[in-house]
Amino acid sequence: MNAPLVATLGLARHYRTGRGVLRALDGVDLSIDRGETLGLVGESGSGKSTLGRTLVGLQAPTHGSVLFDGADTAGLRGDALRALRRRRQLVFQDPSGALNPRMTLGATLREHLRVQGWTRAAVRERVPDVLEQAGLPAAFAGRYPHEISGGQRQRAVIARAISTDPDFIVADEPVSALDVSTRAQIINLLRGLQRARGLTMLFISHDLSVVAHTCRHVAVMYLGRIVEVAPREVLFATPRHPYTAALLSAVPVPDPVRERQRGRILLVGETPDPSSPPSGCRFHPRCPLASGICAQVDPPMRSLAPGHTAACHHSDKVGSVEAVAQAARGLTALG
Amino acid sequence: MSALLDVCDLSVAFGDTRAVDGVSFSLAPGETLGLVGESGCGKSTTALALMRLLRGARLGGSAMFGGRDLLALDEAAMRRVRGAEVAMIFQDPGTALHPLIRVGDQVAEVVRAHLGLSGGDSRARALDLFRKVGIAAPEQRLRAYPHELSGGMCQRVMIAAAIACSPRLLLADEPTTALDVTVQAQILELLRAVSREAGMAVVLITHDLGVVAGMTDRVAVMYAGRIVESAATDTLFARPAHPYTRGLLGSVPALDSGWEEELATIPGSVRTAADVRGCPFAPRCPLASEVCREAPPLIEGAAGHLVACWKAA
Repeated sequence: MNAPLVATLGLARHYRTGRGVLRALDGVDLSIDRGETLGLVGESGSGKSTLGRTLVGLQAPTHGSVLFDGADTAGLRGDALRALRRRRQLVFQDPSGALNPRMTLGATLREHLRVQGWTRAAVRERVPDVLEQAGLPAAFAGRYPHEISGGQRQRAVIARAISTDPDFIVADEPVSALDVSTRAQIINLLRGLQRARGLTMLFISHDLSVVAHTCRHVAVMYLGRIVEVAPREVLFATPRHPYTAALLSAVPVPDPVRERQRGRILLVGETPDPSSPPSGCRFHPRCPLASGICAQVDPPMRSLAPGHTAACHHSDKVGSVEAVAQAARGLTALG
Repeated sequence: MSALLDVCDLSVAFGDTRAVDGVSFSLAPGETLGLVGESGCGKSTTALALMRLLRGARLGGSAMFGGRDLLALDEAAMRRVRGAEVAMIFQDPGTALHPLIRVGDQVAEVVRAHLGLSGGDSRARALDLFRKVGIAAPEQRLRAYPHELSGGMCQRVMIAAAIACSPRLLLADEPTTALDVTVQAQILELLRAVSREAGMAVVLITHDLGVVAGMTDRVAVMYAGRIVESAATDTLFARPAHPYTRGLLGSVPALDSGWEEELATIPGSVRTAADVRGCPFAPRCPLASEVCREAPPLIEGAAGHLVACWKAA
């Protein structure tokens, strides 16, 4: 069997804040096979960006480890670390903030490659090449970020990420800052690159429909934990965690007829403060299916089918958005 | 039924730049109209112009509301309309609220200013409103400052302030764009409930076609400062006629189908300034030809379905 390219074991990242310890990641086990694109969805504060930054080494884990190509990345120094940086790259959400406004796109790309030890001659050849792969004219090397549109800036950020020929890319909300019509162009570009180069990718987004179009597998995060992982067809048809079901039901669908008919799960309240997560299952205060055990025992990730895992005491009662919607309606009727 | 709001040939210009160019639409009492478009298309500017909140802008056209032209009222008269008869909520509730004033006082102030209630009565009214918009533990929340509340909670406070004087029209400018999807669902449900209950008309400004589909009776699509298509919501989604509308709908990824297909795209990127001759969409349009050098008028094809395109079937 194919060994995963990227894996984490009990990964945790804590921050000290004025109110105590904020557990942005609190025990994440994850693996991404070579050539696979894993979608990571969750709401603000769920820890998805922290996970992405930890996977590319921009942040060190507090506990646990990140394995790349089977080797623990924690002890790497010097040349070995530089070589690893070449192999894992990040695409940021806000392309304007990710590019130096005082450098031309060409200068940005040249610097990125020179740091990686490329010779001047090789860099000169590479720059127009990667711009074109990202769908920009080679002449854009002379442009400054403010001279081009937001979609073009995101293409430049993608050009930089693929310039070192990486194996693994973390794309952190790569289309959230873009307009609808530009968003589709960038999604198509990322899909094309992923297929053409056999890239392994973690695609972070709060938008489930964007993830559906980019990733074959999807992981759902809530409050520093992964609560469900499944192939997208399975996750969307038969979610087994009530939070996944609620997320799916909350996505507005651009079809007025279906919008009127579909069941909606209205969750109570908002995501709790990650510096004092609820006892037991972290989702229990908002969960329409919660029972006594949920407040006491933290549910472990359980395998439900090949490739499908979920952390819920009641995953056998979930099964569909409609089932949870019904439970939620019962709750409002009682309350 | 006569219109609640009748906007006719609205234009907004900043110096030489026209941000909104000849926008006309009307709104029946209790109706929800979606104003859709991408950044820079003039949808927010349209709302701000109606509220007369644009400084240094030249306004043209008219906006008849209850027998008065909102664009021609003097500032004193506008002050009595704003917040009382026409209210507005914004995308980022965190910055729309005053950071140093307790949220309860900010809601009470609206009631005091417009309805002339005393301090005690206005505070009691604020408490009622907090309950109505589903704020948990309302007594304590009245005394909170905006930074102590989450984004969703701040937006509930904004809605409480907006509906405080039972306005007949609410302008909602991307009210859920800054919120998480499960909180967005809560806020949209709240907006639906308060507008239905009070028979309040809503202009919902958004870039999200999913939100429009679930919330509105009619939709107007804007591009480069103009309305390019408007129709009943069901009609617009079932039979979009303008190439831009079709492009927009095609480029939205669906949640549950067509995953392996390439998304349709609109080539190029959005134009912002409306100072173009001819059809503003022509440079990106797959159907563009010679005739598109002249700007197409917004005309009614089928009943209630208006399109500004020479090529629309």
